[in-house]
Amino acid sequence: MFTPPHLNYALLAPILIILAGALIGVGVEAFVRKSQRATVQLWVALITVVAALIELLTVRNQRSTLVAIDSFTFDGATVFMQATILVLAFFALLLISDRGNFVAQASAIPGSEDERTADSDGKTQTEVFPLTLFAISGMMLFPAATDLITLFVALEILSLPLYLMAGLSRRRRLLSQEAALKYFLLGAYSSAFFLFGGAFLYGYSGTLTLNGIAAAISASAGNDIFLLLGIVFLMVGLLFKIGAVPFHSWTPDVYQGAPTPITGFMAACTKVAAVGAMLRIFYVALSADLIEWRPIVTVISIITMLVGAIAAMTQRDVKRTLAFSSIAHAGFLLIGIVALNQSGLKATLFYLVAYGFATLGAFTVVTLVRDSAGEVTDMNRWVGLGKKSPLIAGAFCLFLLSFGGIPLTSGFIAKFSIFTAAYEGGNTTIVVFGVLTSAIALFFYLRVIVLLFFTEPKSDAVSVSIPSLKVSCVLAASVIVTILLGVYPSILLNTAQSFATFLR
Amino acid sequence: MDISNYIYLSAILFVIGAIGVVVRRNAIVVFMCVELMLNAANLAFVTFSRIHGNLGGQIASFFTMVVAACEVVVGLAIIVTMYRSRRSASVDDASLLKR
Repeated sequence: MFTPPHLNYALLAPILIILAGALIGVGVEAFVRKSQRATVQLWVALITVVAALIELLTVRNQRSTLVAIDSFTFDGATVFMQATILVLAFFALLLISDRGNFVAQASAIPGSEDERTADSDGKTQTEVFPLTLFAISGMMLFPAATDLITLFVALEILSLPLYLMAGLSRRRRLLSQEAALKYFLLGAYSSAFFLFGGAFLYGYSGTLTLNGIAAAISASAGNDIFLLLGIVFLMVGLLFKIGAVPFHSWTPDVYQGAPTPITGFMAACTKVAAVGAMLRIFYVALSADLIEWRPIVTVISIITMLVGAIAAMTQRDVKRTLAFSSIAHAGFLLIGIVALNQSGLKATLFYLVAYGFATLGAFTVVTLVRDSAGEVTDMNRWVGLGKKSPLIAGAFCLFLLSFGGIPLTSGFIAKFSIFTAAYEGGNTTIVVFGVLTSAIALFFYLRVIVLLFFTEPKSDAVSVSIPSLKVSCVLAASVIVTILLGVYPSILLNTAQSFATFLR
Repeated sequence: MDISNYIYLSAILFVIGAIGVVVRRNAIVVFMCVELMLNAANLAFVTFSRIHGNLGGQIASFFTMVVAACEVVVGLAIIVTMYRSRRSASVDDASLLKR
């Protein structure tokens, strides 16, 4: 006898709206005239994201663990993370729509006649918009999913479009394709680990839901070897997605090779989704099992912070530097997972917003620094940029200071609250290492600022292009959020406080 | 036959796949090794489903098959594009990005 499941469509609506928008985008790509596609696609994508956000805000106070049987939980943390992803994605879409970042025809061979024809016609393909929307839907599902199948499917929905998008750069196409290949092969490798871990957790507990696994762990109902294998393999998959050491080696290559707007989108939104899912898995399913995983995650967190901060110093490419900085931040975010208390959850949520906007802003600046051949990402050619264009360089410095955790920027409050949470959780070692690495990283960020502002510019044809209206919006939003959260953090901290709950 | 043998088989397949990804050089072969790992996970799911006597694992294996098919579509697209622009599917040749 088959009984159809009861689905709560109102709470699923934000994701369904995004998926509908993505399908409309595919239709637009097929039926709208080439000359109008870019505009139509952008409007479809923006309206979709705004509609999903409005729908999410209207149902923000509802709570249910039974949205789709027990595969999807709509709780405070879900609302907060989905809203964060949507807002960041809105600005990322504005950045993506800026002209000249994407290849006209991805299937044309680099350097061929086809490519030149497609390029000179000016009829750029715009499949990047529906791909972005598909990725957003996966990102929204990932932190809300509460069973292993849904988690795996969400992981793939968010990853597959990103693999493709990494290969769509207009300039340096070989690098971009190589980034896509590396991202794809390593990503598929890690998701196989994730799935295998899931299979062993199922073998341990006999259930696919996180609640069932938690119940099995507190009753110690199964074979402990299965549990250990399950946790370790599952962690490999998740740590890969957030870019933690020793699974970080893809990050610098992919961040460097992918088109810069995609890098910004990926760095900000994927981190929110993956950290969200990791928080839910550890807080809901594995919290009863403190001994097995907390020391492992603590060590990984410390190594990640150190490697990120130290390797960032040795880089000469701006995008690679930002990639290592994002690795260091993955380490800081892991502190919130180790804390395993309500203030750890609150701090991590706040951290994700602060980090997301600063990262998006930093990559926006990278899209603006150009010479005749496209973006310039060599740090040596950024020397003295502050004298040519103080506003843009100033914004970049602000984001770096926020990464470093200087007071009056959002990064300071984020780091402070995450350290406090870990201290309350009784984990002082990780706090000591966190503060130490912050100091190391700060030294490096200050060096870049000196390079930008207090060094004579070389007579070189690097210029900062005038940002279009859309790009100015992204930059302004990032600057405002970074400063506002640094000066009046209570606005968001209170919201995060009231939404920082996982329903079990 | 003892049902735990299927778990051992699945672990062996997974390890073969995991080692293959690391040592093989052709992107297509690397990708086949990943698929082998996914299928190893499938076998584990189905075996555990049999051990526990519920259907969850079997359902999971269906989802895995669909997802693996999607992954093939995206993966081959990327590998073919790469091959067309370089005339090589070796992952060693993909080394333009700085280490």
